[in-house]
Amino acid sequence: MATTQLLSLTGVSKEFPGVKALNNVRFDLNEGEVHAIVGENGAGKSTLMKILSGIYKKDTGDIVYKGNHVNVSSPLEAQKLGISIIHQELNLMPDLTVAQNIFIGREDRRKGRVFLDNAKLNKAAKELLDELELVLDPKQIVGELTIAKQQMVEIAKAVSYRGQVIIMDEPTSSLTPSETEALFKIIRTLKAAGKGVVYISHRLEELSKITDRITVIRDGEYVKTLTTTETSIPEVISLMVGRKVDQDQRPEARPLSNEIVLKVEGISDLNLLRDVSFDLRKGEILGFAGLMGAGRTELARALIGADPKTAGKIFLHGNEIKIKNPSDAVKAGIGYLSEDRKKYGLLLIQNITFNVILSSIPSFSNKFGFLKTKPAGSIVRDVIKKLSIRTPSENQYVKNLSGGNQQKVVIAKWLTRDCEILIFDEPTRGIDVGAKDEIYKLLTKLASEGKAIIMISSELPEILRMSDRIAVMCEGKLTGIIDNKDADQNKIMQYATKFRD
Amino acid sequence: MSEAVKAVESEVEGGNRLSAFAKREIGRVLALGSLVVIFIFFTIMRPVFASWENVSGGILMSTTVIGLLAIGTTFVIITGGIDLSIGTATALVAIIVGKTVMALDLGVVSGMIVGVVVGGLVGVINGLLITVLKLPPFIATLATMKAAQGLALIVSDMKPVLFTTDVKGWDSIAQGNLIPKIPNGVLILFVGAIIAAIILNKTVIGRYTFAIGSNEAATKLSGVKVNNWLVAIYGLGGLYVGMAAVVLTSRLGSARPDLGLGYELEAIAAVIIGGTSLLGGKGTISGTIIGALIMAVLVNGLRILELQQEWQYVITGIVIVIAVWGDNVRRRRAGETS
Repeated sequence: MATTQLLSLTGVSKEFPGVKALNNVRFDLNEGEVHAIVGENGAGKSTLMKILSGIYKKDTGDIVYKGNHVNVSSPLEAQKLGISIIHQELNLMPDLTVAQNIFIGREDRRKGRVFLDNAKLNKAAKELLDELELVLDPKQIVGELTIAKQQMVEIAKAVSYRGQVIIMDEPTSSLTPSETEALFKIIRTLKAAGKGVVYISHRLEELSKITDRITVIRDGEYVKTLTTTETSIPEVISLMVGRKVDQDQRPEARPLSNEIVLKVEGISDLNLLRDVSFDLRKGEILGFAGLMGAGRTELARALIGADPKTAGKIFLHGNEIKIKNPSDAVKAGIGYLSEDRKKYGLLLIQNITFNVILSSIPSFSNKFGFLKTKPAGSIVRDVIKKLSIRTPSENQYVKNLSGGNQQKVVIAKWLTRDCEILIFDEPTRGIDVGAKDEIYKLLTKLASEGKAIIMISSELPEILRMSDRIAVMCEGKLTGIIDNKDADQNKIMQYATKFRD
Repeated sequence: MSEAVKAVESEVEGGNRLSAFAKREIGRVLALGSLVVIFIFFTIMRPVFASWENVSGGILMSTTVIGLLAIGTTFVIITGGIDLSIGTATALVAIIVGKTVMALDLGVVSGMIVGVVVGGLVGVINGLLITVLKLPPFIATLATMKAAQGLALIVSDMKPVLFTTDVKGWDSIAQGNLIPKIPNGVLILFVGAIIAAIILNKTVIGRYTFAIGSNEAATKLSGVKVNNWLVAIYGLGGLYVGMAAVVLTSRLGSARPDLGLGYELEAIAAVIIGGTSLLGGKGTISGTIIGALIMAVLVNGLRILELQQEWQYVITGIVIVIAVWGDNVRRRRAGETS
């Protein structure tokens, strides 16, 4: 196949006050190609994409698009050139229909026209969706669609600009395996139509399925461009982090205590959960596996009183406790680390100290309600050291930390509160490979110190690597609890689909 | 670790702290700078502007009521909320204080206590509407704003309540001089500001004020009883409304049911000029005081320049735009995302 170069970036640098975000980076894209950009968080992927899509201005460098030197000075300019970006956080208007979203800002505004022609809009959308072989109703309200379908709307919107370059930033981060397959099918359609796709993902196992080439960047510098068929995931990872990381591990056998810390009996909720019961032992990591929508996060939220339960009992060290709200859970020593750290875990605009002591403020204040800042400062510095949170000081704003370090701040919060039970919901989501390893080590260390850990994860290698026992859920029910030594991916998937067929 | 390394590290840390301090404080430094520049401008135009008589009796005294309201509402705005009721609540509290003091023949101290308690109750009602009925703060306080306006008229029978000479020393609450040359009203404003600053920065309720405004969901999941604290915070704002009402009646020698509407927006303007974010999570009491002073200095200075009141309003509007726009530009330059 003769390849025509669509886009090339050379010598791109970008500096923010105090940080060199990109230094002399290059990247190119051919027609009909899917080219991945990988790198750890903070490597500069997003900055590069924002330059390409006109959100940031580059300091130096050259962009050649279809043989012409171009200056992408604004998102509008990028759109005119034919470069579209699909952001990780979807940018749709939930109250408008599919068709209205696709053509927003481009409604027919001929002279003399007062009213919008929805029928025409719907027809145009229908043609576009058919072309992409997407099964979507143009008249459906976007907010009623699943995340996967909403993403398809985004893709249709990007294609509707008739652009040649489509940038996808972490498109699969919230998709199930079958939805991911559907997405790949669409990407192949785009490829066949000669479009170039820039693909950013943390899920490296996807790269071999969908990409042609992979460019690795590290610390704002270009590392290497690999041809997908000639490389392997371990090679990509070692280029990303600059060292080798194990992929297929199992936990070291730990002596398991028989002491049951938490006993959950028959938890149900209004919508999904039905009669879920399990025990959690001291010093163990109990993994929760299952497909999207199996009810794992719902279980965690019901457990800590964030959402109402309709039935069920909870025993802490054999004594029944009532958990009506998160405050009761925290009092009982149960800490929850949400899958969405920024929304449910952190105060991004506050500093590390503030975040770390947030759950323990009563113990950092005297009886008149005055804060004791000195002991707080030294405890926070200790926990920063213990968890090796990389930061210039405890006064750093949390929004300036990388994903891995933000996760450690949430962990630090619960350690400072001295929680005995920790519920990790997708502990490594959005965290790069190197930092993942650190989080794994930390979890193991916490368990060996006697913490009882529930770890919800959608990544089976992660479940198998970390869990002493694996609880599998399907459609709101617990379908089985397997010892790690008896478990493999197949077996887990069997339990996870138990009520599906 | 050797002592030398330690020393270097602590120096580096000190440096970080200093630059963090500079970064954090620059907004207020700029606001204070603008206040000084405006002040100097008016002094050059009309030297009488800088006379102590004008500064204390004119500028500071006229800031007391709006200043107290602004201090209380700073807490509410830092939580990411808003309180539209503080203006008409001032009128309602003033009327209730007037009626109670006259009917029960109360002294100055008991009268002040009545004012603060009633003000606090209005705040608590706002807090309950927001947390129990789950009304958005804008709507909850819009409702109490209208209700308070009506109640003030009903309770007063549409007539001002006069503090007759029977209430000895009621006028001295605002106008006396515990400290020579400084009117008591001004003293109350600054003591109130210092107490508020301590509460905001050194106490549990202050810490939760910032936490709720930064991320209410995360704060709740951290085990904080967010609803209870919100009621307390709106109640705290109400205490300052009560104080403002007492000072107002003392200055006027009467309580008028129609006075107060519009105060809420002036107080909110002061808070915003002072650099507190309407999105919540950020703000200072000193900034609010500077904001209130900027508005008072402008009004007073423009009056001395004999500019008509209509123009004073226009200029206040322009100042709000410049203050907030300038702060945005500064933040963007500093690479802060808000």
